[in-house]
Amino acid sequence: MNFELTEERQMLQDSLRRFLADRYTTEVRNGIIGSDQGFSAEIWAQLSELGVVGALFTEEQGGFGGAGFDITTVFEELGRAGVVEPFLDTAVLGGGLIAALGNAEQQALVERVIAGDLQLGFAHSEPGGRYDLSRVTTTLTEEDGTLTLSGRKAVVVNAEAAEMLVVSARESGEAGDADGISLVLVPRDAPGVSLRGYPLLAGGRAAEVDLDQVRLPATARLGAAGAAFPAIVERAAAASVALAAETLGAMEAATELTRGYLLTRQQFGRPIGTFQVLQHRMADLWIELEQARSATINVAGHLADEARMRDRHVAAARNLIGRAGRMVAEDTIQMHGGIAMTQEYELAHLAKRIVMADHRFGDTDYHLEQFIALSV
Amino acid sequence: MDLSYSAEELAFRDEVRRFLDEKLPQDMSDAVREGRSLGKEGHDRWHAILNEQGWLAPNWPREFGGCEWNAVQRHIFEEECCRAHAPRVVPFGLTMLAPVLQKFGSKTQQDHYLPRILSGEDWWCQGYSEPGAGSDLASLKTKAVREGDHYVVNGQKTWTTLGQHANWIFCLVRTNPEAKQQEGISFLLIDMDTPGVEVRPIILLDGTHEVNEVWFTDVRVPVENLVGEENRGWTYAKYLLTHERTNIAGVGFSQAGLDAVKRMARAEMSGGRPLIENPHFAARLAKAEIDLMAMSTTNLRIISRAASGQAPGVESSMLKVKGTIIRQEINDLARRAAGLYAMPFASEAVEGGNEPPIGPEGAEQVSPQYFNNRKLSIFGGSNEIQRNIIAKVKLGGGA
Repeated sequence: MNFELTEERQMLQDSLRRFLADRYTTEVRNGIIGSDQGFSAEIWAQLSELGVVGALFTEEQGGFGGAGFDITTVFEELGRAGVVEPFLDTAVLGGGLIAALGNAEQQALVERVIAGDLQLGFAHSEPGGRYDLSRVTTTLTEEDGTLTLSGRKAVVVNAEAAEMLVVSARESGEAGDADGISLVLVPRDAPGVSLRGYPLLAGGRAAEVDLDQVRLPATARLGAAGAAFPAIVERAAAASVALAAETLGAMEAATELTRGYLLTRQQFGRPIGTFQVLQHRMADLWIELEQARSATINVAGHLADEARMRDRHVAAARNLIGRAGRMVAEDTIQMHGGIAMTQEYELAHLAKRIVMADHRFGDTDYHLEQFIALSV
Repeated sequence: MDLSYSAEELAFRDEVRRFLDEKLPQDMSDAVREGRSLGKEGHDRWHAILNEQGWLAPNWPREFGGCEWNAVQRHIFEEECCRAHAPRVVPFGLTMLAPVLQKFGSKTQQDHYLPRILSGEDWWCQGYSEPGAGSDLASLKTKAVREGDHYVVNGQKTWTTLGQHANWIFCLVRTNPEAKQQEGISFLLIDMDTPGVEVRPIILLDGTHEVNEVWFTDVRVPVENLVGEENRGWTYAKYLLTHERTNIAGVGFSQAGLDAVKRMARAEMSGGRPLIENPHFAARLAKAEIDLMAMSTTNLRIISRAASGQAPGVESSMLKVKGTIIRQEINDLARRAAGLYAMPFASEAVEGGNEPPIGPEGAEQVSPQYFNNRKLSIFGGSNEIQRNIIAKVKLGGGA
């Protein structure tokens, strides 16, 4: 039994924490959120150089990590600093899917991701599909070696900045079937691809992606026809590990800020942290924080397990962290009072990151249902 | 015990419904239902429509041009306005300042300010909270020093709602720094155009500009703008706070919010079926509705008692706490219902643009509203302060 980080991960955590504390201040970050692009190419390059992207891929894939605890090490730090750059979308999802399914030629794209000079997006969810991973209705047909892609994808994070989109589409079966789903690599500027971009509430940008008879060569397919679903579920699990860790990091930062505020804010002639009602609320938050930490460790440690065991831990962690996250976001704002309602205060952003993370790859309720389904 | 409205009350309700059917502009109710901001112009328009009807001031005595409705009538009116998605009337002049002027103001002040509130000529804002005086309001530091015929005001107010539209502000200021905290405060009316008054916007976490900081630097205020007696302002402020706490339960808002969640959950599909049929979601929705049904009866019990002349006591604190918990839970359910589409931030929708919505109808507003309504349990006496009041009343000296 050993719950310590390895030396390499500890070093990555230290350097990442130092870098973000120095460079990724509230002011810098709020400037990035307000920018047209929604993320900083400079920060992206610097973090890639620090090894943030490489840590998310295995040695075989050209990286130096790729396991559950590598993902949690990176994303916990990104979460603490409220980082809005799309590491989840470009690296864990887009890059991760290419690494899992791509042929030798396609694998070359992973090198570019690790080097920090390729942006990707994962166009999977569809309007009306909610969080069901198999509810894919976008169609892919093949005729004389040419693929035709048609459909609509919802809230595709980082779509505008992405050079390529990894798009899921159905070659056979019906919405809800696991079989028949393929993945294709689509240049964002391919004819027939149109985007309606918008900012996200917690920072970053996304787009509605319309695919109107997009013509692609058969070589655009990632892996075998109609057989991509297991890889999609595996990457969704990895994304859940990242989101759990990111939320944990943001919860840590939020409770730290609140601790500091309770010790300094004076009302009724004394620091408000001397009021027992607030002390007990803080105590409850710290209890939940440790629960969230353990849930994150559980899911990271089971990411490489067989699917059912892995997905049961995914559901458990996301449900617990969804609940604890909501409690931390709401209670830390409440204990601060009005100041935490202002856009320029760090906690406002952290609270948004925590709550909005619950809308990616299944929310608290969805994961409760998943857990029940996987437990009977 | 009779849970239904009397024949007269039902007739009154029908009259209110007819008025709203005829006079509430469609574009306005659409904007309110979709959670879009109306801007100053929109508020002014609705204000003028109500004024023309003579229904702008439900709580004012007739001698001042009000309706003098009792608590049940006011409740019916508010309920119907919420149901019809009428805009909220800006309360600072009408329901906060006016009762203070009517009770403690001079005849000259009443004759001057009250008609201007009704006509919409003056837009008032509230200068209470300060950076260092939130829950502990009595520790406020903005000071007013008497110099001849003027007070000279220096200090800073904050969380001034819609102060960017206001031309007047009513303020609590410290006139006696030597006295016990509550006994050195005065209630002062300040023209925002006076040199030395500066309004600075505060942008909230949902990107909206609804509150401000107001700074006072050597602002000269004529002594006739003092309300009542010097150093008695705290008494007037407490009187005002009891008026701020009418409709504190927000039953109408919760009901409208619940209806909106149901609309969205009927349209949104989950696992191939409408979300509203999802047992887990349906259970949460049902709990919120059950809580709301009970709370609206608590609300009516208190209103009914108020209509028969009894002052609301600790129950208004209970309503504030329960009412805000229910509203915030409904906001959370709305966010859940929107699924993925809770994430986009459509700032143009907040400001009133013409773009088609991203995602299902109403989804764009759920997350901004969820975050914005964190304020409900903070302002107007935080829920912690309300619980202190409840505990003190119920436990007496032991608390």
